Amino acid sequence: MHDQNIVEALRPVLKHKVKENTEEDIMLCYQCGKCSAGCPLIDEMDIAPNQILRMLQTEIPELEEKVLKSLAIWLCLACEQCYSRCPKDVDLPKIMDYLRAESIRRDLVNPKAKEILAFHKSFLDSVRLTGKLYEIGLIAGYKMRTMHLLQDVNVAPTMYFNGKLNLFPSQVKNKKAIKRIFEKALREEENK
Amino acid sequence: MIKIAYFPGCSLEGSSKEYNESLLAVSKEFEIQLEEVHDWNCCGATAAHNLNKVLSISLPARTLALAEKQGFSEILVPCAACYSRLLTAYNELNKDAALLEKVKEILEIDFSAKVKPFTVIDFIQKHIQPKLKEKVKKPLNAKIACYYGCLLVRPPKLVEVERYEDPLMMESIVKELGATPLDWAFKTECCGAGLSVSRTSTVGKLCSKILDDALSRGATMFAVACPMCQSNLDMRRRNANVFLNEKADAPVLFITQLIGLALGLDKKELGLQRHFVPFNLEIFDKPIPKETLGKSKKVEEV
Repeated sequence: MHDQNIVEALRPVLKHKVKENTEEDIMLCYQCGKCSAGCPLIDEMDIAPNQILRMLQTEIPELEEKVLKSLAIWLCLACEQCYSRCPKDVDLPKIMDYLRAESIRRDLVNPKAKEILAFHKSFLDSVRLTGKLYEIGLIAGYKMRTMHLLQDVNVAPTMYFNGKLNLFPSQVKNKKAIKRIFEKALREEENK
Repeated sequence: MIKIAYFPGCSLEGSSKEYNESLLAVSKEFEIQLEEVHDWNCCGATAAHNLNKVLSISLPARTLALAEKQGFSEILVPCAACYSRLLTAYNELNKDAALLEKVKEILEIDFSAKVKPFTVIDFIQKHIQPKLKEKVKKPLNAKIACYYGCLLVRPPKLVEVERYEDPLMMESIVKELGATPLDWAFKTECCGAGLSVSRTSTVGKLCSKILDDALSRGATMFAVACPMCQSNLDMRRRNANVFLNEKADAPVLFITQLIGLALGLDKKELGLQRHFVPFNLEIFDKPIPKETLGKSKKVEEV
């Protein structure tokens, strides 16, 4: 029993990790619910934004895990509505950024967030390789990751004919610099 | 000739070419030269800040550092998402000396992060608006819903916009073009931005709410200043129409395209043939509804 107490005392509490990495204090939230009232995606979320903060306040490991496994943290658009209306100035989008990164680190990403994560990863692949966003490369990478091969076949031809789709990527000259930024930033993130 | 540092961003080279074309065309009319920061890179957008904080600061920081090395003190950023990322990097690097040191080491560039980003709306207010009225050749007969979306007005602490729930900057611009700005409720609601590909139906739903509110109040067209707002309301119109009783056919134009039209510039020069929802000049011949729902004095005061 005694040992278990020590283990419990040493367990990193998620809200403390949030504070360490984002400087945001989850305990400031007094559950007014404005964040959830203004959230454009509230009706698609499995846990409401104010509930996420409440669950983290409790420090209960099961609830922390539930938050990291939620779809809600991936649906957050970072539209900043919650933050701009929060009476306690809690930067919820910034906390969501941290929760997503932590969810990846602990391998708890919600299966329904597969497409969203695939899009982000394909986007960053394009930037890593060319220094810019290459739209055809992004969509190709996304389709391979999700196997949604037929998605957007109806808009792509119009995009092309309207001159909105470049067949060849526009690239940064100093690609070594971009490669270095990615390598160093990824190393930093792993050490958290 | 005024010279201003310019960061077009990836969308303006691809899916939102017409924003770039119209911005350059209008600037030329006012004898302003926009000079692209040499070898700029992607800001990282939503993807980077969703997944990796250091990366989300370092990517835009490289562009800020290059602009500084090229002798500029501020930089025009037309995309709202790029603007938000560049401004966040600017702020974080200026308040956190340790972070600046770390980013300098990552970029291997010595810089002080003193190049401040500004938006197309700031640009118009400062450089275009004072001389706009005298240059308008073809006043626009339209009721325009000025749509801001999220990142041009939020978070208010970052972007320093006072009326972030009910901004009126674009309203005052379209008024000078001869158009009537619409008073409506969804001007700062989110279009779904980064979920456009991964959850297209969600984006369709959010856009349908925006279209519905503006159109039910009598809007004949939209003015935007963000490539993602434009592409979601335009390219994803089919997905939005699914949620509407009546199909919406109001075109979505960049504020720079509207200015160009009022100056009498050519439709093609402004890239107006590139939109998904077709734009025809006849739209200005149609009568516009005089009374609107929820008419407020605030818009009249602009």
